[in-house]
Amino acid sequence: MAKVKAIAEFVILRDKEKCISCQVCARVCSNDGHWRDPDTGEVLSESSRCVGCHFCETLCPTSALIIARTPSQPKANAHWSPRSLTDVTKQAETGGVLLTGMGNDRSFPIYFDHLLLNASQVTNPSIDPLREPMELRTYLGSRPDRWIRHPPQGPSALASVNPPPIPLETPIMFSAMSYGSISLNACKALAMAACEAGTLWNTGEGGLHQDLYPFGKNLIVQVASGRFGVHQEYLNAGAAIEIKIGQGAKPGIGGHLPGEKVTEPISKTRMIPEGTDALSPAPHHDIYSIEDLRQLIFALKEATRYRKPVGVKIAAVHNVAPISSGIVRAGADFLVIDGLRGGTGAAPTVIRDHVGIPIELAVAVVDQRLREEGIRHRASLIAAGGFRSSADVIKAIALGADAVYIGTAALVAMGCHICQRCYTGKCNWGIATQDPYLTKRLNPHIGARRLVNLLRAWSLEIKEMLGGMGINAIESLRGNREQLRAVGLSEVDLRILGVKPAGEAW
Amino acid sequence: MKRIFIREEFCINCRLCEVYCIVQNSKTRNILKAYKGEYPKPQPRVRVEEKGHLSFALQCRHCEDAPCLEACLTGAMGRDPSTDAVLCDEERCVGCWMCIMVCPFGVIRRNREGRRVISKCNLCQGEIIPVCVKNCPNEAIVYEEER
Repeated sequence: MAKVKAIAEFVILRDKEKCISCQVCARVCSNDGHWRDPDTGEVLSESSRCVGCHFCETLCPTSALIIARTPSQPKANAHWSPRSLTDVTKQAETGGVLLTGMGNDRSFPIYFDHLLLNASQVTNPSIDPLREPMELRTYLGSRPDRWIRHPPQGPSALASVNPPPIPLETPIMFSAMSYGSISLNACKALAMAACEAGTLWNTGEGGLHQDLYPFGKNLIVQVASGRFGVHQEYLNAGAAIEIKIGQGAKPGIGGHLPGEKVTEPISKTRMIPEGTDALSPAPHHDIYSIEDLRQLIFALKEATRYRKPVGVKIAAVHNVAPISSGIVRAGADFLVIDGLRGGTGAAPTVIRDHVGIPIELAVAVVDQRLREEGIRHRASLIAAGGFRSSADVIKAIALGADAVYIGTAALVAMGCHICQRCYTGKCNWGIATQDPYLTKRLNPHIGARRLVNLLRAWSLEIKEMLGGMGINAIESLRGNREQLRAVGLSEVDLRILGVKPAGEAW
Repeated sequence: MKRIFIREEFCINCRLCEVYCIVQNSKTRNILKAYKGEYPKPQPRVRVEEKGHLSFALQCRHCEDAPCLEACLTGAMGRDPSTDAVLCDEERCVGCWMCIMVCPFGVIRRNREGRRVISKCNLCQGEIIPVCVKNCPNEAIVYEEER
């Protein structure tokens, strides 16, 4: 085999003055990037093995290590970027589909960064959330068409036959990440944090490990095309059920957990033989229409005696608004839209980078469509895919979402540095791996503490921003696009977002 | 009394505890000087034991019923009344190594830094939290009240 010709992405800079040869880096790197030379006692590094996860840099007690992007630059070319060159070189060497992890990292427009929030001045008072009550609680689930039924005979009664909606103490939930794609410790951290913060976590399609059943009160169980780990007890273990049709990182693509990762506990949880590939088909083979989806929704409702909301998750694609309308009419109690920036444990790079539409536009058009059709109350709308801050969350809610899912941000809170190598199973941070040497690196108690801190911090910021607008409840902001103004967007963008340009008054 | 507890399920075998123990027991307490300028190099009082993917940091357990206290010929080994830590008075230690012989955990070692005395964890006298606990990146050793 000829020498690999792709240029290394990172360079490991070791400050010899500071390096004390303690070998911490050599012990922790799962890619064998560092080692101790037995002859000289020096610790050496090989840059070509570095994936840029920064674990060694974080642990180095003398800050002797810096992981930098390689200064090696091919000849400047506005059309052929170093990335295109590397990709073509890699494919010429391997003949395979390029894989990647996490969300789309290309420079498509980020509409959140073109939207600005309002604040109260003189004519309406702003609210200080430290002195006055501020409500972040929101409810997930369908609302009845009519609240009161007036029968011809007898007294009026509550009309609701809907499953009771689920209260969320903050409109931020943890998105679906399966046990298998992430470690059990990572699942535990998410579960503990969701329970403490009064929000929901999601099993993904990996089933529910026995140890996690106690966290069911704050859980959404997922039913996806592979139907892994789905049984009566599982469906009833959580607060809600989510049918996964698509994922923002890879719309139209199934999933593939390689057999090496299907260890004994995962095989038990997923109900598949140990060591076999867990293949999720691209479509649900029993869903080829809205009518088929309705059958599955009601099959799941039957299985849970109509006590749990059933939702549907789709990727944001071109036809997202009519599809959403169909899903709501099919009986979904909540609808999840996963945008272009949504993450994944493994996806073909070309799919992740080029399929789907931005979540900002998708949420706006779906909310608008459901309102126009008078069915917005029938389902909660959850936005997902690349939420980086509380500002993104509040803007999505102003565009029409009830709540948002965070996945990448949650992983970052647990240590992830978005090196995009989840698919290798060698995650140094102990998140996207099943290797017993690596999974113990994520202490779920530390992970949960950091996640709760993140939710607390974002919630406080959301309260501050709401107060500034003179609004005292998050539900009053939902779809309130007057609180948004756009800068640097075209007329078409403004029309689709339903937002006025900055400078235009009410 | 507070004790150091081991949570071996979270030990990642990075051995930062050893690094910081060395610094704490060095003359300068400066990491670069301790490693590059002090001879003989200070030795760690905590050691990470490792087998397969199981590892944990082990230091003196400061046993309630400490055999080293009874084995000590000169009375150098004593218990600190304020912290209940088992400490060695190096002025009185004669280097007979009896404590090393009787220690059930093998956490007492010969001091190779100077005089013929023993070397063991002193719970970082003067520090609120022992440095190994403070610097463990994964809380695999914790300093807590006994339950």
